[in-house]
Amino acid sequence: MTIEAIQQQIIEEFSAFDDWMDKYNLLIEMGKDTPLIDAQYKTNNHLITGCQSRVWLHAKYKDGKIYFTADSDAVITKGIVNILIRVLSGQSPEDILKADLSYIDNIGLKEHLSPTRSNGLVSMIKQIKLYAQVYKLKMDN
Amino acid sequence: MTTSLNVEALRQAFPVLNQFVYNKPLVYLDNAATTQKPYSVIKRVQQYYEHENCNIHRGVHYLSQQATEAFENSRKYIAGLINASHSHEIIFTRGTTESVNLVASSLGKLLMKQGDRVLITGMEHHSNLIPWQQICHENGTQLLVARINDVGETDLDHYKYLLEQGPKIVAITHISNALGTINPVKEMIHLAHTFNIPVLVDGAQSVAHMQVDMQDLDCDFFVFSGHKVYAPMGVGVLYGKESWLEKMPPYQFGGEMVDQVSFEKTTYNSLPFKFEAGTPNVGAVLGLETALRFVEKTGFEAIAAYENELLAYGHQQLGTIEGMRFIGQAAKKAAVISFLVGNIHPYDLGTLLDKMGIAVRTGHHCAQPLMDRFQIPGTVRASFALYNTFEEIDKLTEAVRRAVTMLS
Repeated sequence: MTIEAIQQQIIEEFSAFDDWMDKYNLLIEMGKDTPLIDAQYKTNNHLITGCQSRVWLHAKYKDGKIYFTADSDAVITKGIVNILIRVLSGQSPEDILKADLSYIDNIGLKEHLSPTRSNGLVSMIKQIKLYAQVYKLKMDN
Repeated sequence: MTTSLNVEALRQAFPVLNQFVYNKPLVYLDNAATTQKPYSVIKRVQQYYEHENCNIHRGVHYLSQQATEAFENSRKYIAGLINASHSHEIIFTRGTTESVNLVASSLGKLLMKQGDRVLITGMEHHSNLIPWQQICHENGTQLLVARINDVGETDLDHYKYLLEQGPKIVAITHISNALGTINPVKEMIHLAHTFNIPVLVDGAQSVAHMQVDMQDLDCDFFVFSGHKVYAPMGVGVLYGKESWLEKMPPYQFGGEMVDQVSFEKTTYNSLPFKFEAGTPNVGAVLGLETALRFVEKTGFEAIAAYENELLAYGHQQLGTIEGMRFIGQAAKKAAVISFLVGNIHPYDLGTLLDKMGIAVRTGHHCAQPLMDRFQIPGTVRASFALYNTFEEIDKLTEAVRRAVTMLS
């Protein structure tokens, strides 16, 4: 599936709920489906520090696509980590680099991607794009 | 509940409190971060800019003299309120952080040389930790850090032991922002003085909640911020004993703080101007005076008594939640409740409380070493002010209960 198609799917899943509590319950549930980072990678090398919650991220390159696994110590952060990874994992570096992540706004979770929130998510997106940049350079060479 | 405060009337004086967030009435429980401002303070600042704005201490014209007089009257009032010996012992700064940096830099230059150390406690806010750490590093040493016991109190035996190691300066918090612990600063100051060591007290968290008396405490320096005591942001106070301030070198250089200037040499102005380089935040200083008058008029004892009731009620109500764990249970505590529930991450709890209209702080509260001491990533912190109510504590408790159900 394309990045846009998966984003649309996620927007629809959230649009079933009007109430913020239901939305957050869904987000918490989604966190549980996160493709978990292998224990051997859950180290400081893969840690993205936010002031409030921590995110671990691992990238693996295979057949022109990047696959991400992750974890977080906060379940709401983990839920957002998962909806980002669902969209960006298994995509080509090029598509990841040009991906527009404004779907997060559409599902009413914008505040979690605010740089002032210091939950590690903004840094995680930077890190994901950095991985894509590196693999794109490798492919180009 | 019995209280001599008319809390409903007091609440009307704070415009920010009268609003909805996410369609729910705002419950503001983040007062240790900053307090809201009463109309009287907002109006005072507005009046200054509408009618009195002028640069001070230099103009011969009418407005400048009026503004200078108002500014210096604020200094006199504050000196009287905290019982300083002289009004020139009150230095206006941008806040607690700048006050601590000023003393660390200036007193550090005066007293410290290679190998010398500074003693702090394990519950300091980063702003009363990092400036001293820097001074120690410059002198090739490390901080001496008094241990904290399991309930969040300073281990006084360890503090005494560290005093014997010969630190040159002691810097301690009056009240812990993260735990609410009230340190026995009077006793700690007295102990340090038996070794002839000067003491700085970080009063950022105490001034809004108790009357402080410089003669009674006998501290050498006392620092606080305006914004945590119902005053505008960007203004703070450094109280220093005249004998120290006279000896200390200036911290910043520029206009106002000078006496005679030539290209070869400058002689410095007298106290307090020696430490007030540049144009001060006059409007905020006037707002600070108004805020402190408001607190004084409301009554320090009445405020403390009421906040203690809120604290006891908060502990009692939150304590009914399964898995509730209070971080910091000192015998003497200010109106701060830091907590965790089960294995729930504070960020998750804080996020859901926010959605229910409740403003609390989550995280390490700028006290990372203290969180390490308790082996936790942070806490959720509810901190109370004179305008909070028992009903708000009920709302907090109910919201925590709902959030815990969602997160379990």
